[in-house]
Amino acid sequence: MSDAAHAHDDHGHHAHPTGIMRWLTTTNHKDIGTMYLWFALIMLFSAGTMALLIRAELFHPGMQLMHPDFFNQLTTMHGLIMIFGAIMPAFTGFANWQVPLMLGAPDMAFPRMNNWSFWLLPVAGIMLLGSFLLPGGAVAGGWTMYPPLFIQGGVSYDLTILAVHIMGLSSIMGSINIITTILNMRAPGLTLMKMPLFCWTWLITAYLLIATMPVLAGAVTMLLTDRNFGTHFFNAAGGGDPVMFQHIFWFFGHPEVYILILPAFGIVSQIIPTFARKPLFGYASMVYATASIAILSFTVWAHHMFTTGMPVASQLFFMFSTMLIAVPTGVKVFNWVATMWKGSLTFETPMLFAIAFVCLFTIGGFSGLVLAMAPVDIQLQDTYYVVAHFHYVLVSGALFSIFAGIYFWLPKWTGHMYNETLGKTHFWLSVIGMNIVFFPMHFLGLAGMPRRIPDYALQFTEFNQIATVGAFIFGFSQLLFLAVVLKTIKGGAKASDRVWEGAEGLEWTVPSPAPYHTFETAPVVK
Amino acid sequence: MKSMWQRAGVVGAAWAASQSALADYAYNLQPPVSQVARDVFHLHNLIMLVCVGIFIVVFGTMFYSLFKHRKSVGHKAAHFHENTTVEIIWTVIPFVILVGMAYPAAKVVIEMKDTSNPDMTVKITGYQWKWGYDYLNDGVHFYSTLATPRGQIDGTEAKDAHYLLEVDEPMVVPVGKRIRLLVTANDVIHSWWVPAFGVKQDGIPGFIRDSWFKADKIGTYRGQCAELCGKDHGFMPIVVKVVSDEDYKAWVAKKKGIAQTAAADNGKTFKLDELVERGEKVFQANCAACHQANGMGIPGTFPALNGSKVATGPIDAHIKIVLHGGRPGTAMVGFADRLSDVEIAAVVTYERNAWNNKMGDAAQPADIAAARGGAAVAAAPAAQ
Repeated sequence: MSDAAHAHDDHGHHAHPTGIMRWLTTTNHKDIGTMYLWFALIMLFSAGTMALLIRAELFHPGMQLMHPDFFNQLTTMHGLIMIFGAIMPAFTGFANWQVPLMLGAPDMAFPRMNNWSFWLLPVAGIMLLGSFLLPGGAVAGGWTMYPPLFIQGGVSYDLTILAVHIMGLSSIMGSINIITTILNMRAPGLTLMKMPLFCWTWLITAYLLIATMPVLAGAVTMLLTDRNFGTHFFNAAGGGDPVMFQHIFWFFGHPEVYILILPAFGIVSQIIPTFARKPLFGYASMVYATASIAILSFTVWAHHMFTTGMPVASQLFFMFSTMLIAVPTGVKVFNWVATMWKGSLTFETPMLFAIAFVCLFTIGGFSGLVLAMAPVDIQLQDTYYVVAHFHYVLVSGALFSIFAGIYFWLPKWTGHMYNETLGKTHFWLSVIGMNIVFFPMHFLGLAGMPRRIPDYALQFTEFNQIATVGAFIFGFSQLLFLAVVLKTIKGGAKASDRVWEGAEGLEWTVPSPAPYHTFETAPVVK
Repeated sequence: MKSMWQRAGVVGAAWAASQSALADYAYNLQPPVSQVARDVFHLHNLIMLVCVGIFIVVFGTMFYSLFKHRKSVGHKAAHFHENTTVEIIWTVIPFVILVGMAYPAAKVVIEMKDTSNPDMTVKITGYQWKWGYDYLNDGVHFYSTLATPRGQIDGTEAKDAHYLLEVDEPMVVPVGKRIRLLVTANDVIHSWWVPAFGVKQDGIPGFIRDSWFKADKIGTYRGQCAELCGKDHGFMPIVVKVVSDEDYKAWVAKKKGIAQTAAADNGKTFKLDELVERGEKVFQANCAACHQANGMGIPGTFPALNGSKVATGPIDAHIKIVLHGGRPGTAMVGFADRLSDVEIAAVVTYERNAWNNKMGDAAQPADIAAARGGAAVAAAPAAQ
């Protein structure tokens, strides 16, 4: 890398720093996008290792490998790091790379803020991972941080609050950048309703982030002052209410769910038309469906809290509003299927991941519908059914769309084609492994196994063993993904500018690999 | 529209009937023994059926397309897009299906929340990590703790059939009676859950929420805490014995007799070894989860008692911590409300004479009674 930078210097119209300073000081959207994606991958492997430790402990009934408190630390940190460290930064990485290329813009609107919003993340990541080394270990109160349990913990709890603040700052700055870029820096002629769907989903996601991250910041700040400064926001003895935290948290937390999936919808909506060689069926209805989902996401939060004991009217309201979200989500799925219908389909790795996304995300959507029914939810709340549900939407949903996006754009980013055989092997191992881990969890939840327990009753043994075997298949398959990416960066068949036969859009008009600076003069879109 | 959901209901019921024969296998909801649980069971079957139907239609279409419309079989791409009629149809149909689902679900919600006209009321309190039961009509009170021996968890003994789902003192209720539950918690949020009754209610410290069930079959039903409540969240099961009315009355009489004997003990003076022996049991049930059976605690999280300043220091300070708790914000809560004078005297004595702590002194029930009175007087001015 430093060689490349040197070569660039020799051509030298302006002096770039080299080595580590290049990456610390860069304001280039491509560099920053790359760093976001590498950071996300490192976090994916860290939190994935925690998941494998969890599954290893759950292979047999009884406590074999660890103490229950350490088990709780693993489940908590697995959740926090996957959400805030892996999935969200990966999508921001895609936005950094692709939004300017898709809009015909030379860079993001605020390049220096872009640098700052990335470099906050490793700081927060080190705090979270480092908290395992503190006295008492890492946070063990669940990623949802419910008080009063969260009030009981040691110093790592305060450190985690700080890390959440830092990651929230990073997200807000990233969002401001994305909104400003999309609204102001589109090429002449590229109206909002001509913009690639990925930009639309990110625009809406960025608004969700700006609306909800401050709410999370408020909630964790109240935890901090309850812990350290004698306030009683969540302490009934001082006039507070522990359930108030849950309302505030889920007012952030439910839109957060869509923050984790709307960019995935965007990626898949780029990929399916490309490999169907046919335009997206209902572009406008996709935009409206995305916006509807985002707006509805603010009215459903208390469906996470049916077991707290809400009045009938609230239960009914939150049940109905939650079921309503199935309508725009259904519109999206129907649109993807209609886009494939009578296309000319080919099945390269990005398309395989996109098809698996549509199918498996829908399974997660259906289990979401089951959970939306308040009486059924009361049986299934806090069981493995919920674990199965959100891993179907986050692993086969968000994560598979990230894999799809990487395979789709990696040739544009590196100038090399990835190895198709290895890519397809990675796909099949992932999709099979993922279903072996998470499908049996539906049965465990129905049969009555609570989540977040380090040990379980004997009737749950078989499905837990199957899940653990699947987890190791799925987990170790990701090393193959790392190998494919590294191999593609080092070399491989030369990628053409357009890369894919059916590719449409401005990003495919620039050379592969995309030069360090693109669209210094804006293209004109007819 | 109405006939549509009714038809779906009929198919759902048929499916449910075929399922109930298989319900003993652990892959579906547990066999329901209350009306609410049965309604939830059927509601789940109904929505599963709807989901499976939609899945087959949508993905049948998709997979047909994946096989027929591929480039490798020479299919040329059509170029149609946007069709308002189709888009309205696929917005309206899901909406109608959802309305059909919402109606039966709303009926069950209303049924679940109706806690009126109970035959009896039980207050349930979640503690880290046990359950407390107060029978408000019959004056019975007890705690219910995991009965699975440590050796089964650590793998040194064979696990029995109800591993982790067995308790020392099950909740006992009469069959066919409406039982109102007042659920709360003492420290953090817990959740009282018995799947067979269709009841899951969070216990929220400082607040009381109610729920109810009416069990229609005699038997033993098992559940677990369903809200992460710390280290031993997985080790605080719930066992409910549903018995006949006569058996219930006999059980109440027996529990009252035990309570009277315990009250009489508070006035007695005991020998050191009697207190140590009794204290060991109290320690195992209340203290060993954190401080560990060997008194070594868990470094960095829970302090050791073996050789600790408290257990080998002045006995008054030791009694005070057991009664009123440790430093604020730690998991060490006070046991003043949970243990009787004789139990606190026994556990304090045990802690001072177990392991390497050879203090040789004993706390008597009278000392605890005095400490309770003294603390109340001392606390009064501090509150002002």
